[in-house]
Amino acid sequence: MCLAIPARVVELLPDNMARVSLDGVLKETSLAFVEDVSIGDYVVLHVGYALAKIDEDEAQRTLALLQEAASLGALA
Amino acid sequence: MDLVGRKLDLRRGLVDLSHGAGGRAMARLIGDIFVAAFDNDMLRAGNDQSAFDVAGGRMVMTTDAYVVSPLFFPGGDIGLLAINGTINDIAMAGAAPLYMSASFIIEEGFPLVDLQRIAQSMGAASRAAGAPIITGDTKVVERGKADGVFISTACVGSAPAGLELSGDKARPGDAILLSGSIGDHGVAVMSRRQDLGFETDVLSDTAALHGLVAAMMEAGGASIRAMRDPTRGGLAATLNEIAHQSGVGARIEETALLIKPQVAAACELLGLDPLNVANEGKLVAIVEREAAESILAAMRKHPLGLEAAWIGEIVADDGCFVQMTTAFGGARMVDWLSGEQLPRIC
Amino acid sequence: MKHLDEYRDRNLARGLASRIAQEAQADRVYTFMEFCGGHTHAISRYGIEDLLPENIRLIHGPGCPVCVLPIGRIDEAIELASNPVVTLCVYGDLMRVPGSNGASLTKAKAGGADIRMVYSTLEAIDIAERTPSREIVFFAIGFETTTPPTVAAIRLAQKKGLKNFSVFCNHVLTPPAMRQILETSNPQSLALEGFIGPAHVSTVIGTAPYEAFAQEFSKPVVIAGFEPLDVMQAILMLVRQINDGRAEVENEYIRAVTQEGNRIAQREIGEVFEIRESFEWRGLGEIPNSALRLREAYRDYDAERRFPMEKRFARDNPACECGPILRGLKQPRDCKLFGTACTPETPIGACMVSSEGSCAAYWAYGRFRAPARKAAG
Repeated sequence: MCLAIPARVVELLPDNMARVSLDGVLKETSLAFVEDVSIGDYVVLHVGYALAKIDEDEAQRTLALLQEAASLGALA
Repeated sequence: MDLVGRKLDLRRGLVDLSHGAGGRAMARLIGDIFVAAFDNDMLRAGNDQSAFDVAGGRMVMTTDAYVVSPLFFPGGDIGLLAINGTINDIAMAGAAPLYMSASFIIEEGFPLVDLQRIAQSMGAASRAAGAPIITGDTKVVERGKADGVFISTACVGSAPAGLELSGDKARPGDAILLSGSIGDHGVAVMSRRQDLGFETDVLSDTAALHGLVAAMMEAGGASIRAMRDPTRGGLAATLNEIAHQSGVGARIEETALLIKPQVAAACELLGLDPLNVANEGKLVAIVEREAAESILAAMRKHPLGLEAAWIGEIVADDGCFVQMTTAFGGARMVDWLSGEQLPRIC
Repeated sequence: MKHLDEYRDRNLARGLASRIAQEAQADRVYTFMEFCGGHTHAISRYGIEDLLPENIRLIHGPGCPVCVLPIGRIDEAIELASNPVVTLCVYGDLMRVPGSNGASLTKAKAGGADIRMVYSTLEAIDIAERTPSREIVFFAIGFETTTPPTVAAIRLAQKKGLKNFSVFCNHVLTPPAMRQILETSNPQSLALEGFIGPAHVSTVIGTAPYEAFAQEFSKPVVIAGFEPLDVMQAILMLVRQINDGRAEVENEYIRAVTQEGNRIAQREIGEVFEIRESFEWRGLGEIPNSALRLREAYRDYDAERRFPMEKRFARDNPACECGPILRGLKQPRDCKLFGTACTPETPIGACMVSSEGSCAAYWAYGRFRAPARKAAG
């Protein structure tokens, strides 16, 4: 039951809510469980609630690791 | 016929039971809304039926019912859907639409202005297709018994002689062609459902496809085995239906499918597979491999087929499975959906 | 879609697949369990197993809350919904789950029960506000990912002073279930060597709770994101751990998961819920300290206390192999009912009715594939 999608915060709304965008599709979500959210941040969205903020630096690191492993694989 | 009596208050009036009772009120409704919108001499003659001559040859007939909710959605309404959808059933047989009928079951309390909008949609669409609505029927039922309005349509068309398109004609080696992007209609309608709570610019792709079909027939009609429009159940249902009817399998490439970014995003949010989402302006064609390129070229020259693609092929398979090579590189099955499509939360 | 598409790249997939094949030692078989149903679904949907070498075997675990919900709880929910003043709000996944005697929420709805499908608990609160004369009951299921939304709804009901909202709580916990699998698995029949750990459960609980398994059972755990490249990277990391003789908790999903997890969510959950001494899991039996119920202070929001019902215990069909399948001991095609009596249209067991269940995933995505992959030794 863990379908959760990363979406970009485009607007902050009253009552600890926000509007997020996934490629132009807009949805309202609750920010009850995350702090210090700014416009432009990506949050992980699950059944109408943001459960975590995506750490952009860690995301970059993960992609770099993926690319490294993949290129090592491709070399052989 | 001179109708005496109160004019319809088209701006604020509501349909009531008298409009279905066969008397003056009903005549007023039919005249002011339906005859006015559908605008043809046969209807204006005011009979319960209309007669027409046919050139002879092979006739095609279809009937459909429309119960979509909400009635008005981005890109169209129930009326437009009804005309286009019915014409498409005729077109999928390679036939040209000639005449249509439309019957309405209207809920007591339905706003006249909405009924007029729907009727005007239908009139415009039927005129654009050259297939006038020449007969119809109107009933009104008590509040709560009809979800606004239900529309039932029929259409007769004429098919070229000797043509036998059928879902059981697919053979291993045949090419599978798809006329454009998938998932648009379903997402557009779902975006209007309050409970799903998402906003999008996606428009329904509802369109009458007989012109596109005519272009395809000209380029290679003799090589077309079957055509079908992937409505309820989406592309997955259509491919599985044809596979089972023909006793074959199918293989498609996910990278060949066109899905608009917002459609993909909406499906991600709701946990839906675009392959299972309804389309109302697209067709799937199974054609002999040798003719595929020229039919595809003809499709791409037509406004409704600009993004047509060769998405896969028919293969021999006793299990009648539809397989897809994923964009990721692995393989998976494309299954019929079981029951009503429910947004996946898990 | 940012943070999604990059992890679906087929070129990277090819390279990663090669790398895994290079590093996996040819003379042994690696057997990993992906605990979470969302991973089961991703593996099937993207055909990841096609890209792995033959000597890596994936076992589908019980991390599908619909699958492990006992039939009796569905029966109780139907009974709740049959109460004429109750509006039962449920997530879509539950609608077709079979209860006893072929019953289901969909059928109960057709029979006149007021059952509404909702996408979010916020909608259930909305319905409660708009219809004060009705009793709104939210059918809560899910692991730790889905628990915070239930907590938020209860807090919101409290804040708004709603007197007509309650929760039928079936929230379950991941670490106790993983422990149960490890403790009861027979080394002969299940050579489970490591876990692909849940993605979004871990955003809530953090990586710390898995450290016990790594140490106590010497099994590596790699927390993986939901995208196919995440899963493949996690498999690579597991292979490396096995080769190195390590048994650690590693976090592939570092962009969203931290060691401590979501403190706010943990605090809120602890405020409203307490741990049940025992809870029945379909297919796994009674597991101690594995599920949640509302605390005494929140009794007004507990549907089981508001609407006392007789506990229902229903037996699974004896031929249904969901139990062994959930434990990773059998495959869907080992079940006599698979494809005959048990199909997505006529599901006998929950593994078929939930799209994350092993049987449904195999039915929808993998049935065409002949059992060419060799079984683990």
